[in-house]
Amino acid sequence: MLEITESHIELEPLVQHVRKNANGAVVTFLGVVRDFSRGHNVVYLEYEAYREMAIRKMQQIADEVREKWSIDDIAIVHRVGHLEVGERAVAIAVGAPHRGVAFEACEYAIDRLKEIVPIWKKEVGEGGEAWIDDRP
Amino acid sequence: MKVKTKFFAAIKDIVGTPEVELEITPGTTAGDLFQRYCRQHPRLNQYAERIMISVNLEFVSPETHLKDWDEIAFIPPVSGG
Repeated sequence: MLEITESHIELEPLVQHVRKNANGAVVTFLGVVRDFSRGHNVVYLEYEAYREMAIRKMQQIADEVREKWSIDDIAIVHRVGHLEVGERAVAIAVGAPHRGVAFEACEYAIDRLKEIVPIWKKEVGEGGEAWIDDRP
Repeated sequence: MKVKTKFFAAIKDIVGTPEVELEITPGTTAGDLFQRYCRQHPRLNQYAERIMISVNLEFVSPETHLKDWDEIAFIPPVSGG
């Protein structure tokens, strides 16, 4: 389950996707829009994706997770468009037999997403707007 | 031969369009194409050190030779999540 969506992200479908009788652990991550960033108040964010490539790079992350931890059960959903403070930008779920590798793989997946998946956010605040492309 | 170039985020704002089809000469590299857009839109130069280039949905080196109907994108540092 690797998707780009324009709608609110529900976590339960991701959990269901990675839940299996062999998996004793399901770790989830939610990335949520903050109200304050880089010294500015954030009013909303605008996310844009290079969709076809973003899906392909999410697939690459799933492949890397499989190679590193022999984990097949991963779900990644990223939202695009206009997101208000408190809304969910990204959700990841990883299912594994034990919690240790599930936590590791989930953290790895969000770190890699922030490195290689072509998605960008524009912060719109009281003082103006700016694409975030300087990798803080 | 013809290639399609896609622009996103800050790069799209500078170029002013999401997509361009362009006639190029054989032997043109991905880096050459970026330089060509930099000449048309000098503000792109600020991204010269930071962009990645993709051809047909995979990251490539600037030396990559383009082929007929390749889809190129200039990818500014990503900020998803």
